[in-house]
Amino acid sequence: MTETLLLAQDALLPARNQMAISLGAHIILACFGVAMPAMLFVLHQMGVKGDSDALELAKRWSKISGVLFAIGAVSGTILAFEMGLLWPGLMEQFGDVVGLAFTLEGISFFLEAIFLGIYVYGWGRLPTKTHQFLLVPMIISGMSGTFFIMSVNSWMNAPTGFEIVNGQVVNIDPWAAIFNDAVALQYLHMLFAAYMVAAFTMVSVYSVGWLRGKRDRIHRLGILVPLAFAAIVTPIQPIVGHFAGQAIADRQPIKLAAIEGLSMTESEVPIILGGFYDGTEVVNGIEVPIPGLGSFLAQNSFDAEIIGLNDVPAEDQPPVNIVRFSFQIMVGIGTGLALLVTYAGFRWFRHRNTFLDNTWMLRAFALTGVGSIVAMETGWITTEVGRQPWVVHNVLRTEDAVTNGGWVWFTLIGLTIVYIGMFTAGYGVLRSMSKRWAAGETDLESPYGPARIHELVG
Amino acid sequence: MGAADAVAAVMFAAVTLYAVFAGADFGTGLWDLLAGGAKKGAPMRRLIDKALGPVWEANHVWLIFVLVLLWSGFPRPFATIMRELAIPFWLVGLGIVLRGSGFAFRKFAPTLQAARVAGIVFAGSSLVTPFFLGTIAGAIASGRVGAGISDEVIWLSPTSILGGVLATGTCAFLAAVFLTEEAERSGNSELAEYLRTRALISGSVTGLVSLGGIAVLANDAPTLFAGLTGRGSPEIIIAAIAGSLTMVMLVQGYTRRARFAAVTAVGAVMLGWGFAQYPWILVDNVTIANGAGHPATLTALLAAAAIATVLVVPALVLLFRLVDTDQLGH
Ligand code: HDD
Ligand code: HEM
Ligand code: HEM
Repeated sequence: MTETLLLAQDALLPARNQMAISLGAHIILACFGVAMPAMLFVLHQMGVKGDSDALELAKRWSKISGVLFAIGAVSGTILAFEMGLLWPGLMEQFGDVVGLAFTLEGISFFLEAIFLGIYVYGWGRLPTKTHQFLLVPMIISGMSGTFFIMSVNSWMNAPTGFEIVNGQVVNIDPWAAIFNDAVALQYLHMLFAAYMVAAFTMVSVYSVGWLRGKRDRIHRLGILVPLAFAAIVTPIQPIVGHFAGQAIADRQPIKLAAIEGLSMTESEVPIILGGFYDGTEVVNGIEVPIPGLGSFLAQNSFDAEIIGLNDVPAEDQPPVNIVRFSFQIMVGIGTGLALLVTYAGFRWFRHRNTFLDNTWMLRAFALTGVGSIVAMETGWITTEVGRQPWVVHNVLRTEDAVTNGGWVWFTLIGLTIVYIGMFTAGYGVLRSMSKRWAAGETDLESPYGPARIHELVG
Repeated sequence: MGAADAVAAVMFAAVTLYAVFAGADFGTGLWDLLAGGAKKGAPMRRLIDKALGPVWEANHVWLIFVLVLLWSGFPRPFATIMRELAIPFWLVGLGIVLRGSGFAFRKFAPTLQAARVAGIVFAGSSLVTPFFLGTIAGAIASGRVGAGISDEVIWLSPTSILGGVLATGTCAFLAAVFLTEEAERSGNSELAEYLRTRALISGSVTGLVSLGGIAVLANDAPTLFAGLTGRGSPEIIIAAIAGSLTMVMLVQGYTRRARFAAVTAVGAVMLGWGFAQYPWILVDNVTIANGAGHPATLTALLAAAAIATVLVVPALVLLFRLVDTDQLGH
């Protein structure tokens, strides 16, 4: 018994890191799977109406989506394995509570994979209109897949749909588990994040091209179409995030205390930017000169009481600084991006024809891809690390869920190496695709294709 | 039949579909490896790219579906499997990552050299992944999982090795049959004949290994053996007949029908295994009834399975029809 306990202790750190790396990698790819079909739909629609540049761009993006989707699918499979391999204690107790959501998510993936296969390989063979409408089931399944996976995650934050009697999980209601209290906001926040990540990444790539002098219509469309998507969701995202924060004030007050770096329960809590939590208070931070702003943001009243970390014993508190930094980075970037799209929106209505002739704006665009990815990752760190030491909030501790396998350090190192290799190779392939497009190739001939094999092997 | 049995049946149907469809995909790895140098092997590799491109992801999702049904319907047996068979599962996971990314990258690789590396990664991992999946099946079927054996290598028992070899052979056979038809359809009769021979060889070898495997199972997996010779025997007989018919049809040039017969043979073996192992979820140790999760979840899973049938099956049929009528291309 002591031996297994020790082993479990040993596995906890690498298991958490491995989960963080595999989720952090998968989520970036997943964003493209969720959001690309909608952007493709718009481009395709323009193409159907006779815009051949838009159609060419859609064709390129569909090839890119094919590559990203492939590595998204395999990294997702690893996650499905990891739920059992790393966290058997979670799955054996709660597998049948959250299983329905996972199963419905599986159906969404199925539809997405099938229609993606048809769409990506249907160019030039299927009737144009039919081809375009294959994107509709992909848009819907991207949304439903996100909903169901987010319902599992939000259930971990707001567990419902079961009772625990004498240590046994009983009276399970899988539908109640899906429609838990946290799902609506977390789902919207993640869905918007996915659209932001995919859209801003495309905006970035084409802005860099523009700045380097590739000022053709394809690049213009490559900036404007995704920018339109980003411009719609980015200003809403901070509002949704704000309500998500208010919801945690009620549901997970200790997470909120970590976000604010508050050790004692207080009223009229200020907002402190930056700084470092030393165990009792935040030092070296900048206090926003509006008294009680923290209370107001969390509870809609400047003198509302906010629960402090010390409301629970030390072993029930999450690591404060990681959570605080992550949260502030997310909010900082989110605010910055919202200001940027607001500026771009005004500029669009005033100077439509010279819209892109603003180097500073394009430089800012070039950073939005990385920025939105960082915002999303730090958002996840806030949520997940802020929930510690619980994997299921107030129900199951992470250390009781982890495997006792002795192999976790090996799989952590192995996975890290394989993922670095996969992302590097993926980046190389995408770069080469874009270079070949720039060089005027339209159908990217595979290296084994008749046109290239001769020139290469002689 | 109770809800637990019904969920187990749905899950086993998904296992069977995964074996047939993804099996044919995995099996292409062997023929890709053996195709020869870049120039000589180019037609084969193009054929494989064309055959797999639109379908491999859809075929792969069956595995996800099996996993989620297992942990939703049978959470405790799932945790036991993951605890005791972690090593082969990690190897399968590694294989899946390498295969998927290798395949996606080689098609658009910048240089022939890069395409070669990606191609070898794809083909090599396609070859070994079914082996490890087979060892997992063997460990469960031989009654070793959930028996409280604290041994890291229960997946290297005789039944597991047999399972691994049979899985690899079956995949190679299925792939050869499917690719023969694909080559015929694209008018490359030389490649079709080459593949036809490979289909006959791999089919015969796999058939012989299964015959020899009977002795292994009789000793090493008595419960499964009793089931295969009892409740599961009709399926095994169907499999033997369909397997032999595949050979005859291949020789006579009825390639499309051979494809159907090969699928029947493999599907029947898988179903035979399912019937043989009933009522166990973990053979000799946990029954379907004892391992099942909460009844409310089981009922909901059946509803989800019905939704899946209505939504996914027509879409899959459409995909396969388009592929079969050459309406999808690079
Ligand atoms: C592009 C991405 C992005 C941007 C710009 C923002 N967020 Fe966010 N945030 C996420 C992406 C994200 C996320 C990755 O999607 C998370 C993790 C879990 C979740 O539901 O969403 C998240 C979580 C998350 C949480 C924790 C929810 C929980 O634990 O239940 C809060 C309180 C906020 N966000 C608040 C905000 C605020 C006030 C923002 C204002 C600018 C903001 N977010 C911008
Ligand atoms: C917010 C979080 C997540 C979102 C939005 C998301 C979304 C997606 C999407 C859209 C896909 C399709 C492939 C792609 O586009 O790349 C996908 C694939 C996949 N995801 Fe995730 N995912 C999330 C987290 C997870 C988690 C936590 C798991 C596992 C427990 C998981 C398991 C999978 C699996 C198994 C696949 C592969 C399906 C296939 O074979 O096509 N995902 N995910
Ligand atoms: C897809 C985006 C996600 C990211 C980037 C992410 C990030 C993380 C991080 C950073 C951790 C480590 C926390 C720590 O150890 O302190 C973690 C843990 C975990 N996450 Fe998430 N998460 C995501 C979504 C999900 C979803 C959708 C689920 C549920 C299906 C999930 C389930 C888990 C589990 C089970 C753990 C391990 C236990 C724990 O540390 O609490 N995650 N995740």
